[in-house]
Amino acid sequence: MTTVGRFRAPGWWRASLYMPIGVAISIGLVVGVRALIGKPEIFNGSAITTVALLIVPFAFLIGIGCFDYWFRWASGAPTVPEDHAGHGADSWRDYFRVNTDHKVIGIQYIVTTFFFFIIGGLMAMLIRMELLAPGRQLVDPNTYNSLFSVHASLMIFLFIIPVFAGIANYVIPLMIGAPDMAFPRLNALSFWLLPIAGVMMLSSYLAPGGAFATGWTAYAPLSTELPLGQNFFTIAVQFAGASSIATALNFLVTIITMRAPGMTFFRMPLLVWANFSTSLLVVIATPFIAGSQFMVLLDRAIGADFFNPGGGGDVLMYQHIFWFYSHPAVYIMMLPGFGIVSEVITASARKPIFGYRMMAFSLLAIVVLGFTVWAHHMFVSGMFSWLRIPMMITTLLIAVPTGIKIFSWLATLWRGVIHLTTPMLFALGFITMFTLGGISGIMLGMIPVVIHVSDSYFVVAHIHYVLFGGSVFTIFAGIYFWFPKMTGRMYDETLGKLHFWLSFVFFNLTFGPMHLVGIDGMPRRVADYADQFATLNVIISVSAFLFGLSFLIFLYNMIASWRFGPAAEANPWRAKTLEWQVTSPPPRFNFDEIPTVVGGPYEYGVPGAVHGVFKEKSKAVPVGASAGMREE
Amino acid sequence: MAEDKSETGGRSRPEDREAPGRGTGHPIGRMFVIGSIASAIGVALVLLIDWFPVQASAGADDVDLLYDVTLIVAIPIFILVMAVAIYSVVRFRARPGDMRDGAPIHGNARLEVIWVAVPAIIVSALAAYSWIVLDEIEAREPNALQVSVRAQQFAWSFQYPQAGGPAVQSEELVLPEGRQVNFSINAIDVIHSFWIPAFRIKQDAVPGIETESRAVPIRTGRYDVVCTELCGAGHSTMRQNVRVLPPPEFDRWMAGKRGAAGGAGGAAQTGGDTAAQTGARAAVRPGARG
Repeated sequence: MTTVGRFRAPGWWRASLYMPIGVAISIGLVVGVRALIGKPEIFNGSAITTVALLIVPFAFLIGIGCFDYWFRWASGAPTVPEDHAGHGADSWRDYFRVNTDHKVIGIQYIVTTFFFFIIGGLMAMLIRMELLAPGRQLVDPNTYNSLFSVHASLMIFLFIIPVFAGIANYVIPLMIGAPDMAFPRLNALSFWLLPIAGVMMLSSYLAPGGAFATGWTAYAPLSTELPLGQNFFTIAVQFAGASSIATALNFLVTIITMRAPGMTFFRMPLLVWANFSTSLLVVIATPFIAGSQFMVLLDRAIGADFFNPGGGGDVLMYQHIFWFYSHPAVYIMMLPGFGIVSEVITASARKPIFGYRMMAFSLLAIVVLGFTVWAHHMFVSGMFSWLRIPMMITTLLIAVPTGIKIFSWLATLWRGVIHLTTPMLFALGFITMFTLGGISGIMLGMIPVVIHVSDSYFVVAHIHYVLFGGSVFTIFAGIYFWFPKMTGRMYDETLGKLHFWLSFVFFNLTFGPMHLVGIDGMPRRVADYADQFATLNVIISVSAFLFGLSFLIFLYNMIASWRFGPAAEANPWRAKTLEWQVTSPPPRFNFDEIPTVVGGPYEYGVPGAVHGVFKEKSKAVPVGASAGMREE
Repeated sequence: MAEDKSETGGRSRPEDREAPGRGTGHPIGRMFVIGSIASAIGVALVLLIDWFPVQASAGADDVDLLYDVTLIVAIPIFILVMAVAIYSVVRFRARPGDMRDGAPIHGNARLEVIWVAVPAIIVSALAAYSWIVLDEIEAREPNALQVSVRAQQFAWSFQYPQAGGPAVQSEELVLPEGRQVNFSINAIDVIHSFWIPAFRIKQDAVPGIETESRAVPIRTGRYDVVCTELCGAGHSTMRQNVRVLPPPEFDRWMAGKRGAAGGAGGAAQTGGDTAAQTGARAAVRPGARG
């Protein structure tokens, strides 16, 4: 390719040309406007940075080629609607360009999110080093505040939420018998928005005054007053949020319109149900956090005073808008995991999911109830005190649909033929740890208890029980489970089990004692603490280091197995769902012929039952998840 | 679900007899016995843990009891989950090369109704109990002492309003034993949170509004006052003390403060502090604003 050609074709060369142009436009815009309105300091670094944070990502996206097709179409240039030029991967280079293949995008998502998971994990190690003893060990308080803020933001916005989108991206179209997602180009754009958000959060460390340091919750008015680094957070959240919303719309349309013939809603695997429910939550809730962060940005940039009581603003309003997203976000981070665990347990216990319809309905019940509980994060915030009572009742009631899921998984184990593979171990670890997180969650719904423990280490313990013992264990289960499908190779089972047991033990030793120090009076988000908490904090820190080391086994297993592992069969788990009926990895367009679904997805032990057939078999018996099969 | 005869049950597995729990009796019955014993041990263990700081307010024992009751309800549920999971893994585990499927059980309406109804009843009861406790710990008593709490980066200050005179200013929170205190809480910069773990009370201090909290100190001594809402770089240093005194000593302390305030004009001094603080904050507002 000629030099000029390189800079004209979509890709990294063009992106690296467009980004400085984006910077130049930002400078021109700020200097021009400031000169026009007669500001004394025309060349204002903070203002230029803030505008550049909004403009340069678009320069990157245009440069790398996310918009090429749409621009051609909009300008009337000839386009091919079924353009598969960007589809599929033949070499590693194809993973570093705009790719429209959902399988490539799934792996792009997973590898990117694990990259940020590692960085977030290293930050957790630094946090625990600082907390090894009372007093200052390692970093100054401002850096400490930025460490836990960036740690939480990366883990939530760059790991848990998008890694589920990555796994689903890979698996869902295969599971429903579709050749791809409904909007492959939108899917590619969704992915490329994500590293922008992550890089922006990390690069906030370069800002004068340090990275954002207000926690991932970024409560106003602290967030409207801290230095420039905060803008990196408010804007990064917009890109991560836009990525989420676009993916969720894509999932909804894909699931509603692209299921294989015969796949009724009640023949969908539960992972598909889970992502359907999650996508509903994302589409409805995510605009609220986008709004809250735009308001913070406007307060900071132009003195809009949304949250400044001196200017007629309302401080509590931030928390209401923020939690109206961020409580449903807890379910955005959990429902896909519920789906993964259902798939793993039913295949590994060789039994149909117990109470399939209740499993599906309980997901929808969580979606609805999830929108009615946000103010339980605000029981001590000073909001109207009467609002606490209905929010307490709805919060506790969420235990009911969640309980349905736990008990149904247990009943699925009962009288199964249980294969204790690595994904199954993580699924079982999830069930037990998530039960503990649910119990502390009930306590955190009870107003008199939460008045004492809110914003203490008890809350830190709780969120790690639900987000690590809950979400991350299901992510590990899912990664191990679909690893053979994604890579065409088998991971090392012994190392997988070692990874599980070390994580399980050190997870509990790390986060279990946090309940105790929290109730005993240690607040969260502190760089320093009273001497009375020293002993337990040493135990927590040392366990955390070993917990962190256990992750290296996973990393080694994944990398080594991906390169050198033995070839995987098409269906190593003998599962019934459609993704296992094609080769590992699947053909470029998933199915050489589109399957017809003739029964439920989990008919283990039912003689002659089939989920999908690949040739028109008139004899295929539709043995389904019909009520007649239920044991009374 | 009870019979052990269909596809899976048909496997004769002599080693099962050696499995923990012995081979006698119904499997669910056995699990119930083991589960009850494990629950009893679990409940005993968690109740032995000294979870809470000292109970220094009238409401503290109500809160602690609510927490303990929740634990007593929750432990058996956790043990149930663990027992079923462990029992299933031990009893129904596939041997190498075992390629059969489990029993094709799709559900059981009665069981599903039970595990909707029972948790619903439990959480409703816990909600009702919490509401009762809440009403109790937040009940107003006559003749309460009024204290204004001012939070700022990174210190607490306190004012005791006086009938017909300027409020008494104090950098230290001093309270009388046995009399309800109404805290009226406010912040002058960002959100802080006023936590006295020994009293089991916490309330955010929010700029622009007054929030409220109340407690009846019942034990003399010195306890922590902690800020639990991230408020900036000095957040973790925002720790002070509350001193609870017998009423006569408290009155003496108050009289001393009142005398000092009359002489030096403590109110004016605090006002000056506040103005300086606001000025400092204005100076460090981010440049992006311009």
